[in-house]
Amino acid sequence: MDNREVLVDIKNLRTFFYTEDGVVPAVDGIDLTIHRGEVVGLVGESGCGKSVTALSIIRLIPNPPGKIIGGEIFFHGEDLLKKHEEDMRMIRGDKISMIFQEPMTSLNPVYTIGDQISEAITLHQKIDDVEAKKRTIEMLHLVGIPEPERRFSQYPHEMSGGMRQRVMIAMALSSNPDLLISDEATTALDVTIQAQILDLMRGLQKKLGMAILIITHNLAVVAEMAETIAIAYAGKIVENASAKEIFKSPRHPYTYGLLQSIPKFTEKKTNEPLPAIEGMVPSPYHMPKGCRFNPRCPFATEKCREEEPEIVELTPGHLVRCFHPIEP
Amino acid sequence: MAEKVIETKKKGQRKSSDDYTYLGMVFHRLTRHKLAMVGAFMLIFILLFVFAGPLIWRADPNQQIEGLDGMFNVPSRAHPLGTDDYGRDVLARMFFGGRISLFIGFISAISATLVGALVGLVAGYYGGWADDLLMRFTDAMLSIPTFPLLIALASVLGKGVWQIILVIVIFGWMVDARLVRGLVLSLKEQEYVEAAHAIGASANRIMWRHLFPNTLAVLIVSTTIGIGGAIIYEASISFLGFGVQAPFASWGNMLQNAQQFIWNSPRLIIYPGLAIFMTVLGFNFFGDGLRDAIDPKLKL
Repeated sequence: MDNREVLVDIKNLRTFFYTEDGVVPAVDGIDLTIHRGEVVGLVGESGCGKSVTALSIIRLIPNPPGKIIGGEIFFHGEDLLKKHEEDMRMIRGDKISMIFQEPMTSLNPVYTIGDQISEAITLHQKIDDVEAKKRTIEMLHLVGIPEPERRFSQYPHEMSGGMRQRVMIAMALSSNPDLLISDEATTALDVTIQAQILDLMRGLQKKLGMAILIITHNLAVVAEMAETIAIAYAGKIVENASAKEIFKSPRHPYTYGLLQSIPKFTEKKTNEPLPAIEGMVPSPYHMPKGCRFNPRCPFATEKCREEEPEIVELTPGHLVRCFHPIEP
Repeated sequence: MAEKVIETKKKGQRKSSDDYTYLGMVFHRLTRHKLAMVGAFMLIFILLFVFAGPLIWRADPNQQIEGLDGMFNVPSRAHPLGTDDYGRDVLARMFFGGRISLFIGFISAISATLVGALVGLVAGYYGGWADDLLMRFTDAMLSIPTFPLLIALASVLGKGVWQIILVIVIFGWMVDARLVRGLVLSLKEQEYVEAAHAIGASANRIMWRHLFPNTLAVLIVSTTIGIGGAIIYEASISFLGFGVQAPFASWGNMLQNAQQFIWNSPRLIIYPGLAIFMTVLGFNFFGDGLRDAIDPKLKL
């Protein structure tokens, strides 16, 4: 369906955390493909393994307690999990960049923002300070920061959250990465700023052509940005399809439940409460037997409680992990 | 509306914290801290005394006046603070002794802080067995009764300024190591450290470029207070005869020398004693105020 070159191919990634209370299978067999220049959304509740997937890609899982225990992550055809730490370091911030959730704390308070972006540039490119400063100001300009020359010598505390997130984006894009991972990058910002940042990211994606992996719990964010959406639940991908497909005809009961719980403007005003997904996310220490969604699933059968479903391609490009997918 | 805002801002007597840079704010708070100002004046006085004094009173600190008449002179026009048992000018000896004491104080306190910072950074950043090893070693060093070993070490290493500095550093870095380790434990969980990892920064780079500067505020305070302690150590070692050697003066060995004559001429004890007292107190007052100025919530 997508004939662009495959950039990232995650196969059966398993990242576990070994805590004092037991083993947490934070990511337990995630498959995900990102093509060159594609915007992919990875959506799920807290604790479903979205961020751990992202950190696994750049191999920054805190170890101990975390450990990638299986799977493969192909990037440009090479398995990142087999790379040496030293080689990995050269990839981080160069070919793969990441922006984080908290723009307020993601910048070092003791350096000017110019210093910090320049650092990211000089770490991967052999250029002198003057050139780095020029490139930094260019980047600040690119992410829409007014008066970049003046901002260059300002400290993080002199900037607002939205501005700081722009700085983080400038830093992440300064080396022209092939993949940008945005880990809840807009979650901490208020809605108007969030829209600005998303606009900016979309604009830059068109201009620079990098692939973006957007990790969020906010369906509105991916609806606006992503071409392809993967829905994660309890450490597994439960549905993976184009954004259009996901929103038009969700096949997995979990996806369906998520979409149902969003208020719609078009519907007539009723006093009915919004439908919510019953129950709670399972405790990572006690994953339910069979399908992990079965205790909360309205369609669960005996089979769901016994066997774990495989992910299957129902229609071309639409993958679902369910025995009883919802008929469109 | 906007004009009004500007007007009230002009009228307002008080500056808001936005009008200051960080250093400006620290300085502002420092000047309002009474004890810190007392300390600062004491230190300025001591520094002037030690460095500007010899320009005004040009006497050779090691020149002896031969004969009984030159010994134990009471203060006079020729010798403002009198002479000691060798007939040397006490004022000149106070100047030069003070320079050595302060030099030892500064160098050893700064070196001890740097050693402590290194240990604390490595222990806090890497954690695990490196942390255990380094911190248990720190505990072990702290549990040693310092003074007897200090003397033993000083006698093994030999006598001299650099040897004293080495000894003070060996026994002076532990508190800083603990301080830095504790800070690094919390700092390394900050997102900017994760962000630094994500741009591909190496462990060394993260430790020295991203974590170390964030501990500086605490280290500056601890060094300031440490200088006072180092001066006391120097005085103690010299007092026991292992430190700075005659004929060179330090406040410590002046004290040592004077103890034999405590009944005949007690002033020989009082001068260096008072100088040490003032310097150490000055550094402690100033360091205390600096701590409050840098971070009022900080506990050291």
